[in-house]
Amino acid sequence: MKILMVLILAFGCILAGGWIFRFLGRKVSGNKPYFRDMGLGVAFGYVFAALALAWLLWAYAQSHSNDPITANKFFFLGKAVEGFLLFSFAAWVFRFFGRKIGTSTSKRIFRSMPLTASFGVLTILVYAVVSIFAGWLAPYGQEEILSSANIVPGGNPNIGGSPEFPLGTDQIGRDILSRLIYGAQNTVGIAFATTCLAFFLGGTLGFLAATLQGWVDQFLSRGVDVLMAIPSLIFALLLMTIASAWAGSEQSLLTYYMIVIIAVIDSTRVFRLSRAVGLNIVVMDYIEAAKLRGEGLAYLIFREILPNAYAPLLAEFGLRFCFVFLTIASLSFLGVGIQPPMADWGTMVRDLAQFINFAAFAPQVASAPLLAAGAIALLTVAVNFVVDWMLQKTSGLKE
Amino acid sequence: MVAQMADTLLKIRELKIDGRSDETWTPIVKGIDLDLCKGEVLGLIGESGAGKSTVGLAAMGFARDGCRISGGSVEFDGVDLVKASASIKRSFLGRRIAYVAQSAAASFNPAHRLINQHTEAPVHHGVMSRSESEADGIELYRKLRLPHPEEIGFRYPHQVSGGQLQRAMTAMAMSCRPDLIIFDEPTTALDVTTQIEVLASIRKIVEEFNTAAIYITHDLAVVAQMADRIKVLLRGEEVEEADTREMLSNPKEDYTKSLWAVRSFERAPKPAIQTSAVPIVAIKNVTAAYGKEAVLHDISFDMHAGRTVAVVGESGSGKSTVARCITGLLPPIQGQVEFDGVALPRDYRKRDKSQLRQIQMIYQMADTALNPRKTIGELIGRPVQFYLGLSGGDRRRRVEKLLEEIELDPAQYYNRLPSELSGGQKQRIGIARALAAEPKFIICDEVTSALDQLVAEGILKLLARLQDELNLTYMFITHDLATVRSIADDVVVMKEGRVVEKGYKEEMFRPPHHPYTDLLLSSVPEMDPDWLTNLLSDRGVDNIGGAAVDKMENESSD
Amino acid sequence: MTAIVKIIAQRLALGFLTMFVVSVVIFVAVNLLPGDFAEAILGQGATPEAVEAIRRDLGLDQHPVKRYLSWLAGAVQGDLGNSFAQANFAAFVGADAGSGLASVATQIAPRFENTMFLAGVTALIAVPISLVLGILAALYRNSAFDRATNIFTLSSISSPEFFLAYILILFLAVMNPILPSLSNIYEGMGLGERLTKTLLPALTLTLVVMAHMMRMTRAAIINLLASPYIEMARLKGISPLLIIMRHALPNALAPIINVIALNLAYLITGVVVVEVVFVYPGIGQLFVDSVKIRDIPVVQACCLIFAGAYILLNLTADILSILSNPRLRQPK
Repeated sequence: MKILMVLILAFGCILAGGWIFRFLGRKVSGNKPYFRDMGLGVAFGYVFAALALAWLLWAYAQSHSNDPITANKFFFLGKAVEGFLLFSFAAWVFRFFGRKIGTSTSKRIFRSMPLTASFGVLTILVYAVVSIFAGWLAPYGQEEILSSANIVPGGNPNIGGSPEFPLGTDQIGRDILSRLIYGAQNTVGIAFATTCLAFFLGGTLGFLAATLQGWVDQFLSRGVDVLMAIPSLIFALLLMTIASAWAGSEQSLLTYYMIVIIAVIDSTRVFRLSRAVGLNIVVMDYIEAAKLRGEGLAYLIFREILPNAYAPLLAEFGLRFCFVFLTIASLSFLGVGIQPPMADWGTMVRDLAQFINFAAFAPQVASAPLLAAGAIALLTVAVNFVVDWMLQKTSGLKE
Repeated sequence: MVAQMADTLLKIRELKIDGRSDETWTPIVKGIDLDLCKGEVLGLIGESGAGKSTVGLAAMGFARDGCRISGGSVEFDGVDLVKASASIKRSFLGRRIAYVAQSAAASFNPAHRLINQHTEAPVHHGVMSRSESEADGIELYRKLRLPHPEEIGFRYPHQVSGGQLQRAMTAMAMSCRPDLIIFDEPTTALDVTTQIEVLASIRKIVEEFNTAAIYITHDLAVVAQMADRIKVLLRGEEVEEADTREMLSNPKEDYTKSLWAVRSFERAPKPAIQTSAVPIVAIKNVTAAYGKEAVLHDISFDMHAGRTVAVVGESGSGKSTVARCITGLLPPIQGQVEFDGVALPRDYRKRDKSQLRQIQMIYQMADTALNPRKTIGELIGRPVQFYLGLSGGDRRRRVEKLLEEIELDPAQYYNRLPSELSGGQKQRIGIARALAAEPKFIICDEVTSALDQLVAEGILKLLARLQDELNLTYMFITHDLATVRSIADDVVVMKEGRVVEKGYKEEMFRPPHHPYTDLLLSSVPEMDPDWLTNLLSDRGVDNIGGAAVDKMENESSD
Repeated sequence: MTAIVKIIAQRLALGFLTMFVVSVVIFVAVNLLPGDFAEAILGQGATPEAVEAIRRDLGLDQHPVKRYLSWLAGAVQGDLGNSFAQANFAAFVGADAGSGLASVATQIAPRFENTMFLAGVTALIAVPISLVLGILAALYRNSAFDRATNIFTLSSISSPEFFLAYILILFLAVMNPILPSLSNIYEGMGLGERLTKTLLPALTLTLVVMAHMMRMTRAAIINLLASPYIEMARLKGISPLLIIMRHALPNALAPIINVIALNLAYLITGVVVVEVVFVYPGIGQLFVDSVKIRDIPVVQACCLIFAGAYILLNLTADILSILSNPRLRQPK
């Protein structure tokens, strides 16, 4: 109740501040149209944003305070602000060079790119490089058990770190940095393979249904409707239970089963989209013209329909990848996904999660599980930013 | 002159409007002046992209999303709407300036009854109370000759037909008795017989209340009926302005003259068909249905070599369905289609390559008829390869020859994509693709209706030349009787899935007609500014448009 | 009015049919297990007597169709069979497997209630906030506010639930001990305490669901605001607030109902991970635990419940949006 009162009071104060801000704006600017036609909501927004920014600056200053207790308290906030600025700057630099270097086409693409999209592209590139060259980049092996367990991240020997293991070691003494790097290869690689499989399945059937229509379409669509009536994570868990019985003692097989299971479940969503995209194209007169010419089914699908479906399919691929990636991470987190000893981010979060409770005393300790979870989030955020930009571009929305 | 200045209602000076595309602002209206006196009707005409709708909205001080008024002034009754605050603008809109949109079906809110939308502005602006406005609305519906004026307002928009909605919207615009109404292509989406009713009622009510109006349209004959003065726009700039009669009889600028000249193209009549000749395509007692709903009822007519048969009818008459039966996309339930005296399989999938080749089609929307991912060379080359088996250099030479036929430079266009072409050029590519199969018979489905008049004229001339050179037979599906007049040899009139009348063109355009043909012909607006007035005095308001159709049906059923 | 009744009846029938087919799918999937349940759960060390006992107890010696029908008949009456975990234990101690087994239904019932409580709290927080913010983002589209919410919601959607959960634990439980990080709910707890313990998982779910809901609401409203009748209302001089209230909202009803239903359905999936993180005694946690020990009857039953809730929500949304459509309410 008390919190509610405070919230309402704060809201009222900011609203009053907004009114004063607008009033002053009108007076100072001599009733310029911008202030004259400004809604109270906009003025509220300005004051609110200013207050939020001020608080953030204050909190950031606190994180560098000399008092270690205060500094610890704002440690993560400080890191978040620094990370945000660093990423924004990196994205800006990347876009800046993208606009200067390259062919005229690539320059044009970079010119129309918002900062979020350039951040996304940069991040995806970094992940791709890391996952492809994981073997070279990682200082240790992913299954290698080294020296002592539970070395604190940060590499500071005074608080239990070690310069040899910049991100510390896990509960059985494996290097966390190496496992994070290998995790990129395993998690991203498996998600990518799964998405490709799902697209192959769903895309083929979807376009087939759109082109042939009639009973083929009815049969496939109704089937997909039923499969989609079971929430995907639940269905995946059910099938994984069965798969684990099939796999028996050979736990490594389970990873392959998982790929197939998630691909099949996700292909239903791909089917829906490619069928819809296909149906939109099939009603075009040029398809009718090709049919009347007497063209065969293969020509229709591959030469007439597919070339026009690339843009929506590519965007969907990005979204599906995120979804598959998150599903796999969740399954691993729940303990039924990618199996140990393979390094994988979801499993790492689960194994290291208990360290979060030490954050109040030593924030560095808590950073290991957050890094693994953050690695997952960062990639999906990046892909989503790029897809968002692509969708806005292709739909030609001015909104 | 001084007196006239005092009556000036709207004064637009140096109006400039920018549109946003690819993150930059580009000018779409480049400095337009406009004056309008009280009670005067100004016609604003131009082709697509002329900026006429944008100017119309700017006259209300309004710019759509993605547009902005970048300069100039719009003075309405002494108040500059460009500089006025949002609340002052709102107090003018609806009350003193009203708007009638092109698509009434989309511009009425589907969630509210018509009368509630009608009374909204008067109540909001405090002009009338709700009950007064409701009574006034019913009175306006009656004036606009809407059927059942007492109860039509209590329906939802989806329960009322397009032409009636357009009149209801005019009534809504009148609800506050504004000084100015902007009509933005109010009849473009309507059939001719419906259009004439709407035109008559708009003109009547505007005259009765002495309302000033800006009438925006691309149709010269329509504007000739409605406007006192006409202003011609081209790509955001004014071409010329004059009184309607002056403008029609004596246009000054070349562009205006060329617009006027479009309507003069007419081909020489061909000799009559020999009775013994075998028709290229004969439709014999065809009945067809979508699902269970029959759309064609026992249709029969012939099309002979080297002739153009125009199939005329309004939307829903089944004229496009006939084309689908001929091509085999919609296999008829009964009857058959004969080609050169031989019956074709009903389903296109059962026809062989040579049968498919003989019948080609040109579509209304060139945008959807050409695969946007294929170059012109591929688009035309595919049928060349598919039917004639040419490939490599032979194929390329054949495509280049075809491009020359349709008056496009092969070197320049061979590798382009459809998106890099103008609407008329795309339509020419569609023609070339049909010709590539070397057919005897081509179906032209509304090929000119999506094009501006000048461009459409070029396409018609090209088709006429190709017919003479290659002895082609055309089936010309259209709702536009001007096109029929200029290109057809024979005419088939359709209504609700039946052939109403068929014969030579000269006979069709000469009385006596079948009553429906007569109604159709008489509903097509002419360039004569007195046409509508004369027509109304000749036939009376009850013998035009939907009212006449209803009457006809009652008589035939009796 | 008859037309609309007919449409709704059709949808209801379709919903039941889907539910039926889903139950078949689940049953068939479970029967894909190698060998049979008895061997699968007892493993290789089981004595033939124990296997036989379970087999008889579960009716595995009967024909699959018959087994399915009896399972379905039981499920309809609320009898979801017996949990393997207990069966396993009973078999090992050599007791008669048929007696003293905890039924799945008694295991699920209290947890189901807990999960509904969590979902309810989440919905109460998430739905109003996200609708308001979504509409604001649509109204002030392309403004700094809109861009900021876009980045925020995209990030929130992209993050796995457990990441958001740990961030919230970090800030609200560990660094600033405001809320408990473990949701140990037990029967007979006071509502206030229960609410405090549920708040952190509910906030996590809120973050996820809110992002989706805001984006969908924004898209729906923008789509609506672009329609010609909104332009017409503006050209009638109606004030922006009235345009939203009178012209946009009545038509936004159907899309908004859909958005809410879709996201409540999404909650069902989200609940699983979040319950595990916070050790919340709900059906999701039970489900994951059963998956790990391959307690097939429980897995089967949970699956059926989740799917049922999912179908029910979609069906409700479908019917509500049909009812809100004047075209269907007022036929020609």
